[in-house]
Amino acid sequence: MKLNELTLKESIDALDKKEITLEEIYKDLDQACQAKNEKLNIYLSINSKALIEAKKASKKPLRGLPIAVKDNFCTKGIVTTASSKVLDGFIPQYESTVTERLKASGGVIYGKTNMDAWAHGSSTETSDYGRTLNPRNSDHLPGGSSGGSAAAIAADFAVAAIGSETAGSIRQPAAWCGAVGFKPTYGRVSRFGVIAMASSTDSPGPIAKTVEDACILLNAFAGPDEKDGTSNKEKAPDFTSFLDQSIKGMKIGVIYQDVKEIKETNQKLLKELEILKELGATVELVQAMDPHQAIGVYTVVQRAEVSSNLARYDGIRYGGDRSNFGDEAKRRIMLGTFTLTKGYADRYYNLAQKVRTLYLNDYKELFKKYDVLVSPTSPSFAKEVGASFSSPMFGELEDMLLEASSITGLPGINVPFYRDEKTNLYLGANFIAPMWREDLVIKVADAFEKNTKWNSWRNK
Amino acid sequence: MPYKLVCGLEVHAELKTKSKMFCSCKNDPFGAPKPNLYTCPVCLGMPGALPVANRKAIEWTIKLGLALHCQINLFSKFDRKNYFYADLPKGYQISQYDIPFCHDGYLDTSEGRVGIHRIHLEEDTAKLSHQEIDFDGDGELDKVTLIDFNRSSVPLVEIVTEPDIISATQAKEYGQKLRQIMRYLDIANCDMEKGGMRLEANISLRREGKNELPDYKVECKNINSFKFLEAAINFEVDRQTTILQNGEQPIQETRGYNSTTGKTFSQRSKEDAADYRYFPDPDLPPIEFTTEEIETIRSEIPELPAEKTTRFMSEYNLNEKSAKNLAINMEQALFFEKILKEAKKENLDPQKLINNLLNGKIKFSFDEKISVIIAKFKAISSNENIDEKELQLAIDKVLNAEKDAVAKYKAGKTVVTGFLIGCVMKELGKKADVIQVKQQLIATLS
Repeated sequence: MKLNELTLKESIDALDKKEITLEEIYKDLDQACQAKNEKLNIYLSINSKALIEAKKASKKPLRGLPIAVKDNFCTKGIVTTASSKVLDGFIPQYESTVTERLKASGGVIYGKTNMDAWAHGSSTETSDYGRTLNPRNSDHLPGGSSGGSAAAIAADFAVAAIGSETAGSIRQPAAWCGAVGFKPTYGRVSRFGVIAMASSTDSPGPIAKTVEDACILLNAFAGPDEKDGTSNKEKAPDFTSFLDQSIKGMKIGVIYQDVKEIKETNQKLLKELEILKELGATVELVQAMDPHQAIGVYTVVQRAEVSSNLARYDGIRYGGDRSNFGDEAKRRIMLGTFTLTKGYADRYYNLAQKVRTLYLNDYKELFKKYDVLVSPTSPSFAKEVGASFSSPMFGELEDMLLEASSITGLPGINVPFYRDEKTNLYLGANFIAPMWREDLVIKVADAFEKNTKWNSWRNK
Repeated sequence: MPYKLVCGLEVHAELKTKSKMFCSCKNDPFGAPKPNLYTCPVCLGMPGALPVANRKAIEWTIKLGLALHCQINLFSKFDRKNYFYADLPKGYQISQYDIPFCHDGYLDTSEGRVGIHRIHLEEDTAKLSHQEIDFDGDGELDKVTLIDFNRSSVPLVEIVTEPDIISATQAKEYGQKLRQIMRYLDIANCDMEKGGMRLEANISLRREGKNELPDYKVECKNINSFKFLEAAINFEVDRQTTILQNGEQPIQETRGYNSTTGKTFSQRSKEDAADYRYFPDPDLPPIEFTTEEIETIRSEIPELPAEKTTRFMSEYNLNEKSAKNLAINMEQALFFEKILKEAKKENLDPQKLINNLLNGKIKFSFDEKISVIIAKFKAISSNENIDEKELQLAIDKVLNAEKDAVAKYKAGKTVVTGFLIGCVMKELGKKADVIQVKQQLIATLS
C-alpha cells in the first residue's frame, strides 16, 4: 500500500509511532501526482517546497501533512485564480483565514485545486484551465465546484482537502467522488480571503476520506474571525469529540421521498438507512417543503450577489480583462443585474428573500421533531464528461437537494452510501441539522460510515 | 418676485475615527505623507477581502442624529450601491439604502426650522487626480488619472434635509450650524477646502402662494464653501426665474458650480441617472441597538451651541450676539465660561467684561491664567469709575481755556478733538477711559 492512501488519522498515528516518515509520505504522493495529475487535471499548481514546509510543521497537530486547497482561497505568494483567466497570474499579498489557520496547525498546502471558474458550477468542467476528471471513473465528471478538492481525495492526491460551498459545492463533488464532504454552518468558518461567490451562503469546509478526518481538519480552521463580520462570535467546539457517540434515541427524518427525479436513489438510500435503526435511532419519512422552489430562490439571490461580487474585476486591475469571463459568469452577471434592477427587485430579489424565510420556518418546524434530516446528496451518480454543457441550469439541478439547507445556512455532511460495481461510481447521503448543531450531523454520519461498507478507505 | 425658492441640502462629512470605516487602516487622508500609504486588501477591494464595520463611526453617526433631534433606527443595515467608477475598487459603495441610522430630525435657523430627512453612514471613495506626466517614458507628457486610496473607505456621513430651505442665507446658516455641531461633537473636522465636508443643493422654484413641491429639481454639486453655496443658490434662483418667466420649465439635471465665473453649469441630465441596484450587503450583518445603548450615546452629547448661547444669556446676562460669539467653538466657550464664572463671583459686569475681551481692549491669550485676565479687566474698570460730574467740570474748564480750538471744531476741523481730549485728561490728573471722555466732550461741544 502507498502511504498517500492513508487517512489523515492513520497518517498522524503512524507518524507518531514513527512507523513512517514525512519523506516517505511525500515521496508516494509526489509519484502519484506525477503519474496522474496531467490526465485528471486536479491540481492547477503544486507547491514545490511542500516537504520543506512539512518538516518544519511536524510537531503541530496536522504534523506537516499535505492538504489540497481549492484555488479560490487566497494564498500569500501562491497564484490564486478561482480557475478564471480574469485572475490569471494573480498572486495575493495576503492569506485567507482558513489557510492561515491551516498552516498554523501544521497543515501544508500541497497544491491549489481546479474548480468551476468563480465556483460557478457543479462539474469542474467550466474551469478556464480545463476540466477535472473523476478519479473513480475518468469518463465521468467529479462534480463541483470543489471538484478538484474532491477528486484529490478520491485519487489520494492529498490526505485531506479544503473546499468551499455556496449550495452543494463541497457535498455534491464529495458524493460524486465517493468522499466525505462537510459543509459547516454558515458563519462557522471565516470567509476572509475566499474569493466570493455568493457571500450570504459561502461556507468553507473540509473534503476528506472519513468523517473523522473531516473533523480533525475542521478543528484547524473553524471559529470566530475578526476579519469576517459574518463569522460566528462563539468559539467552535472540538468536532472530534462528537465521534464514536451512540445515536440511540436520536430522531432522524428522511426528506424528499416524494421527489420524482430521485426515486431510484431514494430507494437505495432507504435500504441503507436501516442500519441507523439497528443502532437505536428512529428513522421516519417526513415531508419537507418542495426543494424545487429553492432552486429559484437560490438562483435569484446568488446571481444578484455574484453580479455585485464580480464588479471589481473591471478590466483595470488584475491579469485578464473582462473578455476573459466565461459564458457562465456572463450569464450570472446579466441575470443578477436584471433581478436587482429597479422595478424588478420586488418581483425577484425581494420575493426570493421572502421564500427563503419560508424555508427557514419549515426547517424550524421539522427540527422540533427531528434531530437530523437526511436525503440523497445528488439526484444520481456522477454525470459523464461534457454533461454540464447540456443546460445552463446544470448545476442548480444537480444541487437541487442541497439548496434549501444552504440558503438557510444549515450544516451538512455527505457520506457515501452506495457504490455501483460496474461504473465504480458512488452515491452520497446528506445529513443536515439546525444551525450550529454540527455535533448532531457528525454523530449520525460517523455512525453510518463506520457501520456500513461504503467508505473506500475504511473498507479496503 | 413671483417665485419662491425650494431648497434641500445634502451634506457629506468625513468622520475622524482613528481607523477607516471597514478596515483597520489609518483614517488620515489629508495627513498622509504620500499616496496609497494607508491601504490594505479591504480598502483596495482585493479578491476575498471582507469589510468589518467600525463601531465608533456608527455610534458617532447616531450621536449626530441625536444632536439633530432625529429618530434612531434600532435595527439598521448596510447596503451595496452598485456603480462603476475608477475611484470605487469594489464596483460598489457600501452605503445605507432604506434603513438609515437616523431620520426625521431638525436644525433651527434664524429663518426657521430645517427638517432633517435622514442621516446615513457610508464609505468614501478613493481620490482621483488628473495629471500630465511622462507615463510611458517617451519624453512627452501623457494625460493620466492617478488614484490615491488613502481616502478609500474613510467613514462618511450624509445628512439630507427636507426641502425646507427658503433662502440662500438660510442655506448658508444651516451649513455653518451643522458644521459647528459636528465640531462640538468632536466627530469631524469638516475641512471644506480639502473635501472633508462637501455640499450639494437641490434647488427649484415654486410660484408664490403655492405649497406643493415643484415637479423638477436641479442638483448643484462640487460646492466647497458656504460662500459658494450662497452664490450658487442665488445664481440658480435668477436662472430658473428667467426660464419660468418665459413660460418654460427648467430641466431636471445635475449642475456644477464654477467659483471663477460664479455660475453653475450643466453636468448631466436626468436621462443618464444611474440605477444603483441597492441590496443588503451580505458581508455585513445587520446592526441592532437597544434603547439603553442609544441613551448612553445621548448622555455623551455635550452642551451644543444653541443651548450654550441661551444659557450664557440667562446665566450671565449676556446679549445674544456676545453669547453666540462665545459659543462659536467648544474650546473658546469653555475658556470664556471660566472667566465669566470668576467675574460673577467677584460681582463684575459680565457683559462689559466680554465686550472688552471681544473688542480687543483687553489683550489676552487662551493660555493665560483666568486671574490675570480678571485683573486686567479690573484695572480698566477703575479707569471708568470717573464721576460724570467730575469729568464735566474738567471739560468745561478746558473748553473755557481753549477758545481757539473750540472755534476750529465748530468750523468743522474735528481733528482738534484729540488735542482737547488730551487737555481734559491732563485736567483730570489721572488715567481715564478715552471713549468715555470723547463721548462726553463731543456731547458738550454740540
